[in-house]
Amino acid sequence: MSLFSSKNMKLLRDPLGDSNPITVQVLGICSALAVTAKLEPAVVMAISVMAVMAFSNVLISMLRNTVPNRIRIIVQLVIIAALVILVDQVLKAFVYDVSKQLSVFVGLIITNCIIMGRLEAFALGNKPWPSFLDGIGNAAGYGIILIIVAFFRELLGSGTVWGMEVFGHKSADVAESTGLYSVGYVDNGLMILPPMALITVGIIIWVQRSRSKNLIESN
Amino acid sequence: MNKGNTYIFIYSVVMVIIVAAVLSTAAMLLKPYQDKNIMIEKKLNILSSVMDEKPEKKDVEMLYKERVTESFAINNKGEILEGIDAFDVDLKKEMRKSPEERALPVFIYSYQGNTNLIVPVIGKGLWGPIWGYVSFENDFNTIHGVSFDHKSETPGLGAEINTQWFMSPFKGKKIFDESGKFVSITVVKGGADPNSLHQVDGISGGTITSKALEKMLIDCIVSYESYFKSQNK
Repeated sequence: MSLFSSKNMKLLRDPLGDSNPITVQVLGICSALAVTAKLEPAVVMAISVMAVMAFSNVLISMLRNTVPNRIRIIVQLVIIAALVILVDQVLKAFVYDVSKQLSVFVGLIITNCIIMGRLEAFALGNKPWPSFLDGIGNAAGYGIILIIVAFFRELLGSGTVWGMEVFGHKSADVAESTGLYSVGYVDNGLMILPPMALITVGIIIWVQRSRSKNLIESN
Repeated sequence: MNKGNTYIFIYSVVMVIIVAAVLSTAAMLLKPYQDKNIMIEKKLNILSSVMDEKPEKKDVEMLYKERVTESFAINNKGEILEGIDAFDVDLKKEMRKSPEERALPVFIYSYQGNTNLIVPVIGKGLWGPIWGYVSFENDFNTIHGVSFDHKSETPGLGAEINTQWFMSPFKGKKIFDESGKFVSITVVKGGADPNSLHQVDGISGGTITSKALEKMLIDCIVSYESYFKSQNK
């Protein structure tokens, strides 16, 4: 079986669409709400989750024949926690500003239900390479939603994209503002607050369901 | 798979030991980088309380070395304490001590003939700690500039304390009134009196953080009162 057989590619592709962890399985919502006010922390969060998910999947998959059934959840937690602490330390050392913004949410990757869900459902029963792809795929599915939500929240809430002002420069005095702000446009402060992330995720789910009919329940 | 208790026990012990070894090695290797980040951030905060433009991160080390010419610690009577590095003083710990025992850091900033004195402040916000630096003019009374920061105040409300619109009105305010009494700066809800030398605008919706900041300024700066007065005779 080749490394990129159609079966393996399906592991990568599916979580981006019809089995997306956030919009279809509705897992990992908590961090999706918390870190999506700006694009940059959302991207770093997505990368961090991807690292933790891929490596914990591979490790658990390699250990799958030795892990005693009765303590398998504990083993999974220890591995996830160790990887999360590693990621947190690396962020603190090399991207200090972002790690300050993400603060407690990096630590909370430990409790991200997607990760334990994939370990239980996939890595414990599959070889390391498919598990790796499954981890990357699911993390990408999580990350892409995070990035879409963060894009709209930052654009409408702060008028910026990745910190760059796209609607013109705003200042306290309307006369000194440029672009849209000079004609009285005001950022929607509500977009910065967590409830709007939930509503944005809701809209994404709506769009996705209206495009892909097989997600709609029959009853 | 199902195994006996001995296997499970050994398995967990070995796993925990391996994980502990990996993590402590990583922590040790990364510690110097992390400490450097924290130190640069502290220097950046000190400098931005006195400079009009927030300095670039890469310039911080150089600017600090060049312009912060002196730093020392004093006690609340205004006497200089020997043998204490002001930069390493943990103000949070000092504030827990009784006022007489505190070591209070002072940083002197000199640039183009101007000398400013910078003191750190720390306090409790609504959700977590808030802190900052206040720089004074040569008269030990007029505020030259401030830089505040916070750990976890509400975004858009209390978190506004580290924005320019909140911090810049502090410039030019005075902490002593005309009779020389310490009055600090009041953060006023609903708009400060523009003529007052001791008031700044509060944050709508961020009253608890505003009041916490006001308390922080009083609590921390009052310890410097006698030093300021002794310098300003």
